[in-house]
Amino acid sequence: MTDTVSSPPRSLSPFAGLMRGTAGPVIVVVAVIFAIWYLSAVLLNTPFQEGIYERAGQTDVPLSQLITDTLAQERPVLPAPHQVVAEIYNTTVLKKITSKRSLIFHTGITLSSTMLGFVIGTVLGILLAIGIVHSRVLDKSLMPWVISSQTIPILAIAPMIIVVLNAVGISGLLPKAMISTYLSFFPVTVGMVKGLRSPEIIHLDLMHTYSASRAQTFWKLRFPYAVPYLFTSMKIGIAASLVGAIVGELPTGAVAGLGARLLAGSYYGQTVQIWSALIMAALLAGALVGIVGMIEKVTLKRMGMAR
Amino acid sequence: MNQAATAAADTSAKPVIDIEKLSLTFQTNDGPVHALSDIDLKIEEGDFVSFIGPSGCGKTTLLRVIADLEQPTAGSISVNGLSPHEARLKRAYGYVFQAAALYPWRTIAGNIALPLEIMGLSKSEQQQRIARNMELVNLAGFEKKFPWQLSGGMQQRASIARALSVEPDLLLMDEPFGALDEIVRDHLNEQLLQLWAKTNKTVVFVTHSIPEAVFLSTKIVVLCPRPGRIYDVIESDLPRDRTLDVRETPEFLKIAHRVREGLRAGHSYDD
Repeated sequence: MTDTVSSPPRSLSPFAGLMRGTAGPVIVVVAVIFAIWYLSAVLLNTPFQEGIYERAGQTDVPLSQLITDTLAQERPVLPAPHQVVAEIYNTTVLKKITSKRSLIFHTGITLSSTMLGFVIGTVLGILLAIGIVHSRVLDKSLMPWVISSQTIPILAIAPMIIVVLNAVGISGLLPKAMISTYLSFFPVTVGMVKGLRSPEIIHLDLMHTYSASRAQTFWKLRFPYAVPYLFTSMKIGIAASLVGAIVGELPTGAVAGLGARLLAGSYYGQTVQIWSALIMAALLAGALVGIVGMIEKVTLKRMGMAR
Repeated sequence: MNQAATAAADTSAKPVIDIEKLSLTFQTNDGPVHALSDIDLKIEEGDFVSFIGPSGCGKTTLLRVIADLEQPTAGSISVNGLSPHEARLKRAYGYVFQAAALYPWRTIAGNIALPLEIMGLSKSEQQQRIARNMELVNLAGFEKKFPWQLSGGMQQRASIARALSVEPDLLLMDEPFGALDEIVRDHLNEQLLQLWAKTNKTVVFVTHSIPEAVFLSTKIVVLCPRPGRIYDVIESDLPRDRTLDVRETPEFLKIAHRVREGLRAGHSYDD
């Protein structure tokens, strides 16, 4: 967003900008998006609606009737925003959380494997980075694999991970979490390698004059230096983790989770269900990145690194 | 006019730093660079020695050799009778860099505690040393501030307190006031002299400022570049307890003149 004019002192509240001149642009952008969405919905749903009219022998349907009908189809090519909102409302507020039809229930399933995968991925990413920074051998031998691991399409490798882990008797949350791990360790590794290598020569020389051990140099210099890099990586990592969890639910024929909702929706042509699951995934991703961002802010403030 | 040999005064005490025929050659892609060539130097206990010379003369490199941050390629050097490596492991010196190099995530007290934590001192001992050394550099009351809340001069004083907290007999300072303006620099120079008088440490000080070198030092080592070598060693006969007024005296100007002559003669102007 562009709030360069009279921008308030930084980081008062994430919502401070809304009251000071950013609200206007935001509303305009949202309005434009909704207008395009509605227009597309009418255009894309018209052919199907005309078929209905034809079979019913109706001719000369007024435009207003056509628009109303295209925005109220049960299985539209593109559902209208209000249909998606209604579906989300029905499946969250009006359903019990334990119900299989509750979107919150499914979101919770996906969230749990996202979080597990993210935690494992972050720890793995940090450990790999520590190894790579401290050992030339590991740098030369591991880094190419870390990079090439991300060139493999996740959709290709996800079923294999699930099948292989099922064969050794691991099923349930962990296989899905492994796919999240697979996607989230990479940004953490790359970011931490960069962060752990970022101390200035003068700071490393200083530790040298104190004849500090490698472990002391790590904990007192390299790691604090890398913390801002870690948080940036974690923001990317947690979003990737969510993608991984959803992808992990697709090939398993999972009965629960946002991925399962997407899959079931596409089997039965329930486009409204697909879109509501997509919107829910986007909201979840936004919330997760926001939470990491808040932890970042608090941590850096307490470390004295944010002014 | 080379008086290096005659200036090395003979004393019965063992020198703190003893350098003999020391050379350091960097191998670069453009061929070898003779950063230091055939350096002979003795620094006695309690001396305040300045290395002065144009950039590229090897004054910082020589200080880094003493600190075991660079390895000489020939010759011998001892610090407190030990090799620089052993001396570093024993934390025989405190090093003050050109920049304050404070850790931004630590408070001033936390920064001074850094070497003490590494040495494994007890919390109470750390507290005592922090308080004592912050008092020494006139920073008492700023313990809980973060580095960015302090001016450049205060940051550099904090870094001096950090070097002193190790309680070394030897203080190595690499152009510590180079980035500060002249008024702050004069002020810190005076404070540094008082500190030196109070603590009776041996100080090796790198600078490219003639007034700073003459004002502070008991011994001025003039270096010249290509290859980096000692051109002149000047024993200062100014009184030890001097104030900034000393800079107006004929004695001061005489020494400053000799330093300037040395710098001019040692510097080749063909490039």
